[in-house]
Order: sequence, then C-alpha cells, then structure tokens
Amino acid sequence: MSKVLMKGNEALGEAAIRAGCVHFFGYPITPQTEIPEYLCKRLPEVKGVFLQAESEVAAIHMVYGAAGAGIRCMTSSSSPGISLMAEGMSYIAACELPCVVINMMRAGPGLGGILPAQSDYFQATRGHGHGDYQCIVLAPSSVQEAVDLMMLAFELADKYRNPVMVCADGMIGQMMEPVEFPGDGRGPPMAENDWALTGCEGRPRRIVNSLYLNPEENFAYNVRLKEKYDRAAREEVRFERYGDERPDLLLVAFGTMARICKSAIDDLRREGLKVGLFRPITLNPWPFAPCRAAMDALPEGAKVLDVEMSMGQMIYDVKLAAEGTRKIEFYGLAGGLVPSPDQVAERIRALLA
Amino acid sequence: MTSVLMAGFGGQGMLLAGKVLAQAAMRHGLQVSWLPSYGPEMRGGTANVIVCLSPEPIASPLVSRPDALLAMNLPSLDRFEPRVAPKGTIVVNATLIAREAERADCRVVRVDTRALAQAAGSERAANFVMLGAYVGATGVLPAEALEEAIAEEFRDGKEKHIESNVAAFRAGLEEAKGVHA
Repeated sequence: MSKVLMKGNEALGEAAIRAGCVHFFGYPITPQTEIPEYLCKRLPEVKGVFLQAESEVAAIHMVYGAAGAGIRCMTSSSSPGISLMAEGMSYIAACELPCVVINMMRAGPGLGGILPAQSDYFQATRGHGHGDYQCIVLAPSSVQEAVDLMMLAFELADKYRNPVMVCADGMIGQMMEPVEFPGDGRGPPMAENDWALTGCEGRPRRIVNSLYLNPEENFAYNVRLKEKYDRAAREEVRFERYGDERPDLLLVAFGTMARICKSAIDDLRREGLKVGLFRPITLNPWPFAPCRAAMDALPEGAKVLDVEMSMGQMIYDVKLAAEGTRKIEFYGLAGGLVPSPDQVAERIRALLA
Repeated sequence: MTSVLMAGFGGQGMLLAGKVLAQAAMRHGLQVSWLPSYGPEMRGGTANVIVCLSPEPIASPLVSRPDALLAMNLPSLDRFEPRVAPKGTIVVNATLIAREAERADCRVVRVDTRALAQAAGSERAANFVMLGAYVGATGVLPAEALEEAIAEEFRDGKEKHIESNVAAFRAGLEEAKGVHA
C-alpha cells in the first residue's frame, strides 16, 4: 500500500481497524476527538460497534464488558478523561482482560489546557488506578510509529491479557505525516481462549472477577500478576538510540520531545559537539538496563540531560537507571509550552560549556 | 530540509494550502510534516501551520526558525517576521497588510491576493495565490506537483473548484517569478 498523508489521530483509528478492533467506546475530548470521529465512520464498515458513552467512566466500563466477552476493543481519551477511567483500568487489569487505551496527553493538572504535554507520565507508568497492577505503555514519536505501536498494542494486550496504553501527546494527534499501513487486510480475530464470557452452554461456566476476600488467595493472585509484568519487562522493552554513540552529553527523552531533541542534536553535531539521545519507546516496562549501559559507556565527565514536556516525571526512572552513580540534569516546559530545538540546544551548550 | 510557516485568520485557508503543499511534496518523494496550531481558536482569531519538506527523515516538526513565512494578515506578519531564518522568504498578503516587511536580509514578495484570486475566478482562492507566490519565489517544488495536489484535494464532488484554485496558484506563481535570489 502506498503512503497516505494523515493526521495522527485518524491514523491511530485506522491502525485500530487494521489490528482487528471491532468495538470502540469513548467520550469526546480535545486533542483526540478525531479518533472517535474517524472510528464512528469506519467501524460500521467492518460491522463493528462505535458507541459514544455518557462519560469516560461509562466508556471504560463498557470496554471492561466487551473485553470480558472476548471482543477486541479500545477507548481513547486525553488526560482528564484518562483520570476518570482509572477505576475501570484497575478492574480490567485485575480481571486480566485485553484492551487498548489511547491517551493523547494535554496540559494539566485539573482541566489544564488543550495543548500538548507529557505530564501524565506518572499516571501512565505508575498504575493510575488502585492496586498492584501495571499497564504496558507505548510512546510513539511520529505518526508512522503511532500506527506501528497501535498494532503492537493490540498484540501485547492479547499476549498479556492486560490493558495496553498508547501514550502520545496532542502534537502527534493533530499533526499530519505520511503513513503506510502494514499489510492490506485486517488483523486476525481474537484467538480461541478459556476465559471469555461467550455463553456456557455445553461447557463449564467462566467468571470474570477481581474480588478475593481471602488474603492468601489474593496474595497468590498478586504474585501471578507480578510474574506477568516481570515477563513483559524481560521481553517487551523497546528503545532507540540517536546521534553519537559515546557522546559528551546524553539526552533522555520520549515521544514528541525526543523528536525535538533529535533536531537539536543535528544542529549541535554540525557545531562539532558530541551529543546523543536515548529514547524509551516502552515507558513501561522502562528500558532500565539499556539506559544504564548507555550511561556507563559515556566518556569521563559526560553529562546526562533528561528533557520532558512536564515539570520532570520520567527523570525519576532515569535516576533509577543510574542508581546514584551520576547526576541527572533536567530541562522541561509544561502547561502546553513545548521546548523548541533551539531552547534544547541552548541548554545543552550551557551544560557543555 | 526546508520549512514554511503559513499563518492567517482562521478561515483564510492557510491550513488547507499547507496540506496541499505537504501532499504535493509527499507525492514528489519527500518526507513531510504538517503541524497545525490547535489552540483554543475562535472566529476571527489566528491559525497557522508549519510544513517541513526534506529528502531525509524529519526530526522535529516544530521549527524554531522557519525558512519561509506566508503572512495572510498583519498579526501573523507582526508575530512571525522576526522568527524567519536568515535569508529566508516572506510572502506578504498586500491586500490586507499595508506595511512593508522589515527584514532586509529576506526575499520579500508582496501579493495582492484578492485581486489575483478574483481574476482567477474565486476570491476564496487567495490562499492558493499565496502558495503560488511561495513556490514561484523559492522553486521548492515543480508547479505541476502542486497543481496535481490541488486537483487531488478538490476531488470527490468538489471538482468545480479545481480550475479557479489552479488559476489562482498560477497567478501567484507568475507574480513571484523574478524574485529568485
């Protein structure tokens, strides 16, 4: 298939269709409304279901129900809406059901603003809802990568029977870039399984449940979930390197911010400075070992600069990776302000001066 | 890589002109990005888009110093003129902007978009006059690539607009010829 010029939000919608998603439940919110808009047109064409819920709370619980019935399904929202979905996310993870949730992040806290931000990093990677559960979190930095990670999200949701979040920002949702969709057909239907509620005639009944009043039983169940997340940490870590392999300054950034850092790196390398980038693609599981290896390989006196569209959230994971072996510098803007390549380059020059 | 910031009042069609430019460049084999402002815009407010074109993958779609500015109204010229890269190109909509551009190092093209668009058959095609002037002044893409992209944009029942928009584009192109640095 040839390339098409598409908005990030619409491309994510099409990617969901290609991945075999058949049910969407959601509630509009800027800057992601083109996702439901696109799917409300497209899902009926594949005999799917599009439903605008009365709220985000309702939408995520509809996802809970559809996922429980073994239907490939998703929702999408933006920051404040994702907060409302936290309870349902916990239940879906607890019941080990597959689904995909897109967060097209906007500035917070509270209603915040509609401009791009990365300030839901804590929320995305530290669980948002209650209890010892985790989401797998994927962070695209271009429209094409958003498509690729959306396909992967559905795959991982099935593989781990767990919610997978595609965590982007308003800029990726609103911008247009050329995209190519892998293959030309639709993803395979949900595999035969032993958990979906499909009607128990002729077989023992199945139960979707997260209530374990017996503490030993509940503990064993938590251990099982933890084993699943540990397996994801071994098998699903993804990251990208850019620029110098052994730079005098290593940037750590994700999503849109990482792209902007790449432009700053290009400019600075033309000036003769040695700068590189470490970009986590999976925000959870986070690429701790590869990031640590990149830091350990730096020349003596080299610096590490974490850059985010927030007041500093991922920096705590960079610090965890460093385990106190070095100082981690920070630069970031929030509230809908996006650091420009020039602003990032200026900060790097100052640190290397 | 080259980048252009296209700005005007909401409804003046700069986002659409940017989309046509991006589409043409993509069909021409270039990497492209189209990044709109999407703030809480209102009727009469401003809207702008940054389009990047490059033979290489585009790193940041957000550009600090665009190589060109298409200013459809005075607020856009006032706000973005200082940001244009040295020796860049500035296309000014002379119909609405009385003042001259101040940047002495840039190529400046002033175009009476309303008169040219009217002559082309549609006053609403002023955005494509601007796009034509940009392409004429910079030679960023062959004119045919843009004309094909305009035709592609107005397919599916909007074909009646192709002729006037292509004519408006050509009028802008002619107007800017001779300003090549």
